Order: sequence, then structure tokens, then C-alpha cells
Amino acid sequence: MNEGSESRVALVTGASRGIGRAMALTLAAIGHRVVVNYAANSEAAAEVVSTIEERGGVAISIKADVADESAVSAMFNTIGESFGPPLILVNNAGIAKDDLLVRMSVEAFDRVIDTNLRSVFLCTKAAMRGMLRARWGRIISVASVAGIVGNPGQANYAASKAGIIGFSKSVSKEVGSRGITANVVAPGFIETDMTGDLSEGVKTSARGSISLGRFGQPEDVAGVVGFLASEAASYITGQVISVDGGLAL
Amino acid sequence: MDRSEVSERLTGVLVSELGLDADKIKDDAHFEEDLDVDSLGVVELLMALEDEFDVKIPDEEAESIVTVGQAVDLVHQKLS
Repeated sequence: MNEGSESRVALVTGASRGIGRAMALTLAAIGHRVVVNYAANSEAAAEVVSTIEERGGVAISIKADVADESAVSAMFNTIGESFGPPLILVNNAGIAKDDLLVRMSVEAFDRVIDTNLRSVFLCTKAAMRGMLRARWGRIISVASVAGIVGNPGQANYAASKAGIIGFSKSVSKEVGSRGITANVVAPGFIETDMTGDLSEGVKTSARGSISLGRFGQPEDVAGVVGFLASEAASYITGQVISVDGGLAL
Repeated sequence: MDRSEVSERLTGVLVSELGLDADKIKDDAHFEEDLDVDSLGVVELLMALEDEFDVKIPDEEAESIVTVGQAVDLVHQKLS
């Protein structure tokens, strides 16, 4: 742990793969005790925990559907008993179910809103008690540049991510007086399973719109999260920080 | 636990958690108007009371608590 910093309990939702995994690894490397939440992929989550432990860090994994109120409640009880209440919350869990609006099913809309936005509400509310009691907290929610500028085929995904932005700003105003900050990171095109399936044509076209001419890596986003969780970021709240190589200017 | 004991311990929590002046804490004192406690402060107080008395105060019941006396009554009722 750096001098002047404290080891906190950090919960990262959806941390078995991609950006969530990178954020869990980064926070553990900083010295925080990390809870790796996952929905289904227990093997991948176990790999994240063992990687953290191999590198000298502390982590546990907890399976929970973060769109489900009782699962979130049970998860927070388990964390409270294992480590104590999490004071760093990274709302990262998210899915995409892309389609043109005219073809989009209600189910595809609802499921994306529930997993991406409802989960942010449930987890942030559950974490708030511990943060208020400690008079310290870092709520970092992962949105997307799609939520800022829109993206064809992602009306549901973009809606959920834009919702996260409004939610985070409101929360930041409610609890700022208690030393709790709430911020959003908005990744652009990051090389993960979520973007891996895009066609070469789409990828080449996307690269053409990115100032830095490349897709980002999960670590590019994780670094910002590590900073936001630190004391050095204590005067930053209600913000949206895009990590997109200059895509959405 | 009788009501006066609840009241005494609750006053203790108000003084230690919210830094309030013990002299101002009477049954009819209104948290926001008389004691200058903001809405978030009332939430924090109820959380502190849950810990202090080992009771649960669900959101629906918490909403109606606006005076010291009401908080004492609620805790006292839960302990009976």
C-alpha cells in the first residue's frame, strides 16, 4: 500500500472477465481486498482470485446475479462477514443484446436495463450503509461512450449506460457531504469478449474514428478506476471520464 | 428496557454520532427544524440506532420519523 493510503474492501461486479477482471487485478495490486463477483463463470472467477493471490494480493469470489435484490443482499452479507463492508464499489457488470430498435424485443430491452442499470441501483444502495457509517466511499460505475453519444444497434445498451450517468451524478450530490464520491468511467472500444465478436469491417471502421488508432485494453480502463478509488481522487465526484482513445469527442 | 432508558441511550447516540447538544434533545424536538439534522442525517441516525439497539428499522417505518420522541417510541416498541 502506498504511504497515506489505506487498504479498503473493494467489490467489483462482473469481474470474471474483460474490464472487470482487469479492475479486480489492479485494485488488488494497489493493496485493496477484492471481492470478485460473477454471474455464472465460476472457473474464470476462480482464476481471477488465484492470479491475485499468486501476486500477493487478497481476494474472494462471490456468485450473485446483481440484478436480483435478494442475491445482492446475500452477497453484501457475505462480504460483511468475510472482509467488512465494501467502501469501494465498482459497478461493472453489464451485458449487451444489440438489435435495431424496430426489431428489438421487449425482453432484450428489459434484460439489458436490469443487468446494467438496476444492478447499479441495487449494489450502490446496498453499499451505502457501510460508506455512510465510515464517512468514506468510492462508487465507480462503468458506463460507455455509447451512453454519451449513442450507437446504432444499441438503443437498449446506450439507454442503460446513460441511465448510469444520471444515477451516479444524483448520488454524488446526495452523499458528497459524507466523503463519498460517485463517478463514471465511459470506455470506448475495448478488446474484450464483448467486442471480440464484431466483424472485421466494423472494427476497421471503428479504428478509423479513434484518434489513437487502436482499440483499448482492459488495463487502460482499470488504471483510471484504481486512481478514482484512491485518496488522490477525493475531490473528483459526479464526473464521467471517457477512456476511448478520443473516439467520442 | 423501559422508555426512559431507550431515551437516554438514544440521546447518547445523537450526541456521539451527530455531534448534537444534549440540552436540545427533547421528545418534541424536530430533527430537521429544531436540531438542524438534514434528511441524510436522519437516515444515518436510524442506522446507528439499529446497531446500538440491535433492531431493524425498515424503510417504510423510517420515513415517518421526524422527532426525537418518535424515534424513541419506535425503538422502544421494537424492544418490547
